[in-house]
Amino acid sequence: MTVAIASGKGGTGKTTVAVSLALSQTVPLLFLDGDVEEPNAALFLRPRILGSRPVEVRVPEVDAARCTACGACSRACRFHAIVSLKSKPLVFPELCHSCGGCVLACPSAAIRESLRAIGIIERGVSGSIRFAHGRLNVGEAMAVPVIHALREDDTQVGLTIVDAPPGTSCPVVAAIRGSDMVLLVTEPTPFGLNDLMIAVGTVRKLGLPLGVVINRSDSGNDSVRAYCGREGIPVLLEIPEDRRIAEAYSRGIPAIEARPELRTRFGLLHRRLTELAAPEARELGVGAAS
Amino acid sequence: MKIVVSARTDGLEADVDQRFGRAARFVLYDTETKSVENVDNQQSLNAAQGAGIQAAETVSRLGAECLLTGHCGPKAFRTLAAADVRVYTGAAGTVTQAIDSFLQGRLKLAAAADVDGHWA
Amino acid sequence: MNVREMVVVSGKGGTGKTSLVGSFAVLTQSAVLADCDVDAADLHLLLSPAVQRRVEFRSGHTAAIATGRCTGCGRCLELCRFGAIRASVPSRETASAPQKPGFSVDPVACEGCGVCVDHCAAGAIDFPERLSGEWFVSETRCGPLVHARLGIAAENSGKLVSTVRRQARDLAQAGHRALILVDGPPGIGCPVIASITGATSVLAVTEPTISGEHDLLRVLELCRHFDIEAAVCVNKWDLNPEASARIEEAARVAGALLVGRIPYDPTVTRAQIQARAVVEIGGPAAAATRKVWDAWLAVAS
Repeated sequence: MTVAIASGKGGTGKTTVAVSLALSQTVPLLFLDGDVEEPNAALFLRPRILGSRPVEVRVPEVDAARCTACGACSRACRFHAIVSLKSKPLVFPELCHSCGGCVLACPSAAIRESLRAIGIIERGVSGSIRFAHGRLNVGEAMAVPVIHALREDDTQVGLTIVDAPPGTSCPVVAAIRGSDMVLLVTEPTPFGLNDLMIAVGTVRKLGLPLGVVINRSDSGNDSVRAYCGREGIPVLLEIPEDRRIAEAYSRGIPAIEARPELRTRFGLLHRRLTELAAPEARELGVGAAS
Repeated sequence: MKIVVSARTDGLEADVDQRFGRAARFVLYDTETKSVENVDNQQSLNAAQGAGIQAAETVSRLGAECLLTGHCGPKAFRTLAAADVRVYTGAAGTVTQAIDSFLQGRLKLAAAADVDGHWA
Repeated sequence: MNVREMVVVSGKGGTGKTSLVGSFAVLTQSAVLADCDVDAADLHLLLSPAVQRRVEFRSGHTAAIATGRCTGCGRCLELCRFGAIRASVPSRETASAPQKPGFSVDPVACEGCGVCVDHCAAGAIDFPERLSGEWFVSETRCGPLVHARLGIAAENSGKLVSTVRRQARDLAQAGHRALILVDGPPGIGCPVIASITGATSVLAVTEPTISGEHDLLRVLELCRHFDIEAAVCVNKWDLNPEASARIEEAARVAGALLVGRIPYDPTVTRAQIQARAVVEIGGPAAAATRKVWDAWLAVAS
């Protein structure tokens, strides 16, 4: 089973929940930190890194000898990443989406694709947890190819936990697609509710079952709970505001180490997630897309 | 020679548009025939990304040798350079005033982009 | 007129960007406000905006296969690199005779590259413009606000962010306002890059945690990459004073200017629930926020 942990708003506690869920399990587990712009889970899981590989994307390279400056590549490109003027076409690699359109369009077979590194995937172990994260190179724009490369590592052994980036757009979609269950972590504030509603929209568009965790549950107002009730979204866990958790977090110590009694609650959470992700539950529409 | 000036509206009395990539119009002026042609840049205004590149392609296709504008970003500059279009920044006032300034050698030939790209 | 553009980012989400921008907006009263966190926009929740203009944001295209014209050759499936082409299985309920396989496009996965469109021998693929979201120009008690809403699961490559900034710049010129205040997104990818390029000064808001420090250093590296001056402020500093001091030192070493610290204060959330900025209510965070604003204003040149 693959569970993705996401949120609309940043800083609600995705990584706290993802790491705690991982550490409370005894099944074989794969932890993927999909927040490739700011990967933090390693600060808590402290994996021993065993290997890494670069994430490379394809960009066009023009053979000047074969190029006739016909401009077909330029006309084919919807992203202005290759521009043909008087002589050899100009390439803007940062705008390239690696679609291959220019290569196909060239009547002189003058374009081949070369690889450009935009990030890295690191793999390791933390106790019995298999771990991988992606890191986008600073200055690169596109997180999605790194997230796709990371998710290639999902070999479906037991439980896979994907720690998604904050937000609701393409990087989050790339991180949560194809998972069996999405857990949205929120906080009971107006910002939390606003962003939760957007995140719910994204998860429902993907047709995935979802549940909510309310973090710092006694710190705001009741509107998140009321919203979940109205929408039939199960609230699977509430974690009250706790200075001990906050302090431990600030030092890179996972919540269930600071508060061992949370272990049971995360164990229960796992059970509920399994129930909600099950095919029978999906057919009944329990906690799933409306 | 053919000169292109980035402009806010049409004609020689139009104000120079300080931006190149997302300029509203281009006014093409031929110094020999004294003819004036107005070219729309709507495509670039709406372009999701690479507006500067698209505008540069337009200018190149017009056969311009020189471009007069306020500011020019890096991608546009690179494209114009590849198309052998000389870029002069610091143009101001009306299109006529910009052309006069240029012909009297008062505009600066740009060696590089003079503003940051807007990414995307 | 020389317009200053001051952008607030964080690296890590949830450090308090939007709350701070709300307070800055109230303190200055003379800025054009821009919410560039387009996929999770919150600034409007503090400013009670009255929408004056609403514009559809169309960006890129999405392929759509016309089933009537499709011959089922599968070339689109071969060529698509984004997993956006699905083979559709004839429905058990409606098929009375064997049907040819059909293909359809998953609009969420479609990158808008047009390769399938260009290479479909039957010309069976349409390529309509994509409605990706909308942006708004609103009036608030602090001045004009440009904000946006990205479509559900839409591509957030920074294009809508650039549009919001452009509109804010046009408003500033037209309204003779010399300052644009931008609420930026978390992270370091396209939307953040689109928020900071060409800015006068960036303020990175962080928190005294190991994650906060890690993420701050990456966003400061991004600022250096684009040659933009960066200032740093530690929010909720008293949750871990040692970590706060460490982060400030790390920020200084990274070349950023320190503009102050703000204590943890439940008044911030109380204010948010009232749709107000904390400086409109008072308390320790409000007082510290004023000092941070003055300090940042002084260094942003």
